[in-house]
Formats: sequence, C-alpha cells, structure tokens
Amino acid sequence: MSNRIDRRFEKLAANGRTALIPFVTAGYPEPGWTVPVLHALVAAGADVLELGVPFSDPTADGPVIQVASEHAIARGVSVCKVLEIVREFRSGDRETPVVLMGYMNPVERYGHEEFARDAAAAGVDGVLMVDCPPEEMGDLGAFLAEQGIHPICLVAPTTTEARIKSIAAQARGYLYYVSFKGITGANRLDAAALAGPLARLREYSRLPLAVGFGIKGPESAAAVAGLAEGVVIGSALIEALGAADSADAACTAVTAFLAPIRAAMDNTSL
Amino acid sequence: MSIETANVIPVSSEPDDAGHFGPYGGTYASETLMHALEELKEAYFRWRSDEEFMARLDADLAHYVGRPSPIYFAQRLTEAAGGARILLKREDLNHTGAHKINNTMGQGLLAQHMGKKRIIAETGAGQHGVASATVAARLGKQCAVYMGEVDIHRQAINVFRMRLLGAEVRPVTSGSKTLKDALNEAMRDWVTNIDDTYYIIGTVAGPHPYPLMVRDFNAVVGREARRQMLEQYEALPDVLVACVGGGSNALGLFHPFIGDAGVRMVGVEAAGEGLQTGRHAASLCAGRPGVLHGCRTYLMDDDAGQITHTHSVSAGLDYPGVGPEHAWLKDTGRAEYVGVTDEEALQSFHQLTRLEGILPALESSHAVAHGFKMAAGMRPDQIVLINLSGRGDKDVQTVAELEGISL
Repeated sequence: MSNRIDRRFEKLAANGRTALIPFVTAGYPEPGWTVPVLHALVAAGADVLELGVPFSDPTADGPVIQVASEHAIARGVSVCKVLEIVREFRSGDRETPVVLMGYMNPVERYGHEEFARDAAAAGVDGVLMVDCPPEEMGDLGAFLAEQGIHPICLVAPTTTEARIKSIAAQARGYLYYVSFKGITGANRLDAAALAGPLARLREYSRLPLAVGFGIKGPESAAAVAGLAEGVVIGSALIEALGAADSADAACTAVTAFLAPIRAAMDNTSL
Repeated sequence: MSIETANVIPVSSEPDDAGHFGPYGGTYASETLMHALEELKEAYFRWRSDEEFMARLDADLAHYVGRPSPIYFAQRLTEAAGGARILLKREDLNHTGAHKINNTMGQGLLAQHMGKKRIIAETGAGQHGVASATVAARLGKQCAVYMGEVDIHRQAINVFRMRLLGAEVRPVTSGSKTLKDALNEAMRDWVTNIDDTYYIIGTVAGPHPYPLMVRDFNAVVGREARRQMLEQYEALPDVLVACVGGGSNALGLFHPFIGDAGVRMVGVEAAGEGLQTGRHAASLCAGRPGVLHGCRTYLMDDDAGQITHTHSVSAGLDYPGVGPEHAWLKDTGRAEYVGVTDEEALQSFHQLTRLEGILPALESSHAVAHGFKMAAGMRPDQIVLINLSGRGDKDVQTVAELEGISL
C-alpha cells in the first residue's frame, strides 16, 4: 500500500531533490509549540517529519534527545498527546509525511492494535521503533500494515549482509541508515565513508535511503545529500530549539537552523 | 523433603532460539547492537560446550573464587523462628563478597576468548561493579563501570574498591540516577565502542543471550546446593528463598531445582516502604509486562508507559525490571514472588548478625526476612534454604546513617 512517504520520495526523485528530514521530540520545549514548529519546518524546506515519542529510558539516544525526552515527559507528553499533535498538524498539512520514532514500552502500554488504529486516524505515515528489530515486531507489524502505516527500519554499520536482506524484505517507505556506531548527536560522522555501505544497501533494496546520526549543519548535510535520498537531522535541531522562550521564537529558531541546510543540500543533490 | 518425593517434573525453562521464555525475553535492541548480540550468542554457545574453557572456569571458581561455598545450618536463627531448619547458602564467602563473581568470571573468560580488550559494566550496589573490575584486573583489561550518582553516594566503599582495582567509575546523572540509568549508559557506551568492548551485564535481564548466559554462570550455586543437600542431609530442601532485583542469585539457586516438583521456590522482591505506597521495587508483585533494557518482562511503569522511579533501601534491588525467566516462572506458577519491606530487611540484617555472627548484604537480608517468616510456619523436619547472596560490609555506612549514627 503506497502512502504519503512513497509519494513524497517519488516526487523528490522526479525533481532531483534530496529529502530533508528533521527530527524533533514531541512536546519539546513546550507541548503547545510542536505543531507550529512542524509547520515552520515544512516552510523552511522539510520534506518528511520525524516526531520523537518521548521515553524515560532512551538507550540509543545521546544526552540532547534524552534531556528533551525527560523534559517532554515532565510536561505530560504521552503517546496520546503525540497523536493529538499529529492530528492537529494534519488539519493544516495534508501532504507532508509524518514518522513517529520511539521505543516500545509506551506503545505496549497504549496497545498495539489501538496504537496502529489511532496513529493512522491521526495521520501518521511511518513508525520507527528504535528498540524493536523487525524480528520482534510481531503483531504490531501486522496492525501497522493493516492501517497502511510503513514500518521504518534501521540499518547500522554493523548490520550483516544476511540481516540487510531480511530487513529489506520487511521495510517500507525508506531505509534509515545509522551513519556510525554510536548514539544520536555524537560527533563521529565521516561522510566520505558512507559511499560503500550505501552502495551495499542498494544491492538489496530499492527503497530510498535516509542517513541519520551526527549530521549537524549545512556542510555535513550537503556531504550526505550527495550520497543518499534523505538526510535526517535531530540533536542539532533540538539544541537550536532549546533556547526558545516562545512558540514564535521556536519557529524562528528552527527556520534559521533549517533554511541554510536546505540551501546547501539543493546545491549538491544526487 | 525426602529424596523419594523429589519427582522430576517436565518444566522447561529453556528459551527458544531467539531467547523467548514464553512471551518474555527476546531481543529488543537497537540495530547497531544486533550483530554484537549475535556474535556473543555464537561465542557463548561455542565456548560453553568446550571442555577446556569449562575446565578453566571450574578451576577459577575453585581456586580464585573459593567455591564450593558451604551450606550452613543456622541453628540459633532456626531456634528463634521455632519451625523448619534454616540453611544458608554462603555466597557471601565468595571472593569479592557476593554471587556476582560467578557471572563475571564466566563472562570475563568469554571476553578473553572473544579477543575484547575492554570491559564495561553497570552496577547498583557496586557488587557487580567490583566483581567486573576484579576480573578485568586479573585479565589485564581496561574497565569502565557505570553507576548512578545516588548509588555512588550510598555505596562509597565499593566505589573506592573499584578504583583500587583500576576501574574507572563513571557517574550517571540521568533519570533516577540509579541502576536502570547506569544500564542505559552502559548500553550507550557499548553501541559506541562495539568493536573492542565486552559488556558484562550483571543480572539475568537484557537482550538475549544475557538472561540465559548470566543464569547459566550463576547456576553453579544451585548445582552445588542440590549436591550438598543430598550429601549432607539426604534430602532436598522444601523451600528455596532468594532475593530478586534483576534476579541472578535467585535464578542461580532455583534453576537446577526446577525439575524437582516438591521444592517450592520463593523470590523476594524489595517492597520498600510498602507495596501500597508505590515506593518499592517489586516489579513481579506489583508491576506488569512491558519492554525494558532489551527484553519483554514485568516492569514498573506509569499509564503512559514511562518507567517509574523505584525505591529500596538496598541499591542492588532498586531496579524497575526483572529477568524475563522470572516473569515466565511467575506466570507458570513454578516460582512464587513476595515482597519484604525496608524495615523488615533491616530487622533481619541485625538479627542474622547478632544470632549467627554473619553480616548479610541488605539485598540478602530481604531473603533472610522472608525465609525466617516461612520457617516459623513450618515443621521442624522441613528445611528452608536461603541464598545468602552477599555480605553486608558494604552496607555498614547505609545502616549507620539510617540509624543516625555517624562513623
């Protein structure tokens, strides 16, 4: 089943453009600011939005996203609230794909079937469960598929050939390549070393490839844009959000952060 | 119970290939770790059936750890309870003072065989940290131990011990600053340094194969105890009692008895200030199934699925999850789980010290408290075997502070 993610990547490919995929933790710094921030990101050139569902124990994340998650949880941001945010965003934007990224336990508590149903109703297009490899997806995978929501899968530098094959068989939407061995926000990106692994991935999957982890600004984004169909930026964007003291200031901050990245990427697309 | 009634019942407690104990366990890990876990699984399955490896481990356990540890008849404690005979499995006599060394000896040797030059560990009470630092020192490996800031304060002696052993103790300031957060940080380190680093998880939790492997390395406790019971008492115990945080000392004792239908198994969780207060760490007694730290298991969370802060006077039990095999043993009814409060544990700490001259760890004091209660309601011809999983020297400071005594 094709959804907004597929349509968006098809359009980008036709225009020779690389997807800019910002990640923000839902409800950070204030729950009421996230919807305007998402619209501002789109206006500044975002093509797909990744929205973090905060979890108390985010083991794959670095300190920036970890603190943002704790902050959002303290303000009552739950799966329920995240879906409310998506619903509200969707009422003003019918086209931009939204991917939820998070950890299993909040979804466990919400209920797999209920989560898939309510996420689809809210306008979610993809779900990435950081601590759930495809082999543990179980009925959650089936419920998401039933609702036309794509399971977005990670591939890491340590992923073996055999695993790439089985992940590629289950992944939809795009493949998220983790650029280095480490946690989000670390300073370890070596764009030049990405060409090999991305080429290897293309042998097994025709899905667009998005690269994330360690992309901090125009230079690194542009370097990756020459190699992949998508560039994910999370921690650096969240740091830019952290200083805002109002919704307007938050929107101004993300625009100022994202616009130069968009410009740099457009000069070096595939 | 007599040997004649010790029927073997077919209860399987082996996980499937992907590490599932019934609906629990599994591998809920980020993609970067999947290959390392696969490698670890292969290495473990290869070396555990290697005679030379196992002979080396057995020799280390005998000559370095000091195994076998005795089972000791606690006569005065028994008289005080006025019921069943109380025996203590003396894991407190092991080198470094707790059962934790059984696991770190095994995993340390595995790290050696896998060619890893660096060892990392998480620790709560500091016992697993000390046991890991000890093994790292002996094998000449670098060692970093993650420990919550709160625990660093309440276990200062163990922190210094780890430093003496050459380990770097890294304070963890995120979340509740206790064991669960130390585990998060250790996982982050592992993801980052996966090529040269071996992560020794200290309990029967985490992604497959850890729950299985840590249990196997601790099962020496139960194998010994079973043999000692038959040799010295010509009977199996009627009840096994052990404290459960993550649950490694309990599974180590329980596992070799799982097929003995007449042997009851009781895991004792930290009821903290009381199960009804919400300030406790009793995930089996008062939690529900969810996913944490790589496995599906019972845990403590709120209605939004956020892991809640736990409380226990003993740092080693202060953990919101529990090993998945315990979750399975609970659901199948093969083991029972109860809670013991801070206050009851402290009473037992003093009682055992005064009656038997044995200073138990606060963790183990929970097991002693419940074992004593059970023994009081049983017949004199029955036997309660309590796993005295660690010694209490590390807790002297905590107990003094609680009682308003400055040392």
